[in-house]
Amino acid sequence: MDDELYRENLMDHYRHPRNHGTLEHPDCEAEGKNPLCGDEVEIDVAVADGRISEIRFSGNGCAVSQAATSMLTELVAGLPVGEAAALPSQAIIDELGIPLSAMRVKCAVLGLGTLKVALHRGAGTPLPAEWGADEDELVWG
Amino acid sequence: MTVTPNTSVDYDVTRIRADFPIFGRQVHGRDLAYLDSASTSQKPRAMLDAVTDFYSTSNANVHRGVYTLGIESTDAFEAARDAVAQLINAPSRREVIFTRNTTEALNLVAKTVGTERCGPGDVIVSTVLEHHANLVPWQVLAQQTGATLRFLDVDDQGNLQLDQLDAIAREGNVRIVAVTHQSNTLGVRPPVEALVRWARTQGALVVLDAAQTVPNRPVDVQALDVDFLAFSGHKTLAPTGIGVLWGREEVLAATQPFLTGGEMIRSVALDRTSWNTLPWKFEAGTPAYAEAVGLHAAIDYLQGVGLQAIDAHEHAITEYALGCLSEVPGLRVVGPPDAASRGGVVSFVLDDVHPHDIAEILDRHAVCVRAGHHCTQPLMQRLGHTATVRASFYLYTTTDEIDRLVVGLHDVRTVMGV
Ligand SMILES: Cc1ncc(COP(=O)(O)O)c(C=O)c1O
Repeated sequence: MDDELYRENLMDHYRHPRNHGTLEHPDCEAEGKNPLCGDEVEIDVAVADGRISEIRFSGNGCAVSQAATSMLTELVAGLPVGEAAALPSQAIIDELGIPLSAMRVKCAVLGLGTLKVALHRGAGTPLPAEWGADEDELVWG
Repeated sequence: MTVTPNTSVDYDVTRIRADFPIFGRQVHGRDLAYLDSASTSQKPRAMLDAVTDFYSTSNANVHRGVYTLGIESTDAFEAARDAVAQLINAPSRREVIFTRNTTEALNLVAKTVGTERCGPGDVIVSTVLEHHANLVPWQVLAQQTGATLRFLDVDDQGNLQLDQLDAIAREGNVRIVAVTHQSNTLGVRPPVEALVRWARTQGALVVLDAAQTVPNRPVDVQALDVDFLAFSGHKTLAPTGIGVLWGREEVLAATQPFLTGGEMIRSVALDRTSWNTLPWKFEAGTPAYAEAVGLHAAIDYLQGVGLQAIDAHEHAITEYALGCLSEVPGLRVVGPPDAASRGGVVSFVLDDVHPHDIAEILDRHAVCVRAGHHCTQPLMQRLGHTATVRASFYLYTTTDEIDRLVVGLHDVRTVMGV
């Protein structure tokens, strides 16, 4: 196929997700869903000295949603919690490095939104308004 | 491919295709394989020209002007109504109400006839096959009136089960039976005749969602013996923004209007208004008259080809597609495995590849298919899927397009490593 959408890096993360699984004693956790297409991710985070010391995710859905979450876990491992919680959507879109239609952007940021919900929940801080429950039609649990 | 389609030699799909300007365009450097006609149809030049000509020569608001243009546009609008009445064999043009689409037509019934005739102790019957457009309005109606809403179930292939009817009848007075003529997700055609017969024994009104059948086969409201029928122009080669509700005159005449305002009135005083006669009583405001002119041209085009011939073509294409798809490793058709009791819609899943990934990779082949729940979430849930890929066919669909779908699916398997 002569296009970049499903290029090697993305498919590698999809087939061999990094940091896949769950943590026995997470400091915070959250799950996110895109009811429109059925993408789901669950993220567990352990925090030590104000940084993300361990992160695991599980889920199922399209290649973009799962690969993006896998990439995200690599991106934020070791980051200060505040920095990870402030990560802009563009960071993960850049990381994917592929053209995304508006519909696929929702797939791409599902993991990031779920991570933000987990971190803010863990810190007892309010979720930024743009990640509110009906933003992008994503729902958090 | 080993299956040869059994289309009539007289059916010249190449010539038909040439009537649709959009097939001149390419996507990602390839000709279109448009397999999403259950969502909306493409448009023939004759229809596009009719709308452009109308705007260029006769445009004026309808039912108002005494000047020539106003008379011409009113005549054109009302001629479209006659064309619809003739298409569905309506006993009277007064029974043909123009709406925006199927959704609005079904809401009209629920919010007028429904609210007037349903209350506590009454039962509304629908099915898990329904498009949300023929499900949510009844849900809301039940909530607002205290009526009970019951859904007929399907088997694992989507065949409607009628064994619950007796139990449902014991729950109260069955007022409305709302059913689809053909599932937009699975292509199955539920046993509408049997359901109508049962509804008659209950004294219930039958509302038929014919969005998926009026476009592609002869539909006769008198032979069907239903009370309401809805369809959308945009799936019927016509523009967006025009739909039809057909309703039995005696029921419509006894029902209060839906929306109120201009067009639908006879006379207005500050303290009271009297309603216009049918069908205008249910058409408030300036109607989509230019779109109606387009619908008229679309009906002419469909009848020129012949709805029987279109039905036969779709059937042959569906048989061909089911044959080809059965040879794709890992592919599972969701719905009946054969073409016998279905229309030109095939839903499927491919191993555990997400339908969005499939649709996106197919798009690179310029193969247009739908991925998702197709506005039938309860049905998807019943069948145990969150999403499927859906390929749907119409009068212009070719076996070549099906072959390209299959090539694309093999590429999906390669890219996704299944
Ligand atoms: C069976 C069925 N009912 C209702 C609808 C709703 O049609 P519209 O969106 O034109 O109102 C559709 C279209 O998707 C359909 O396929």
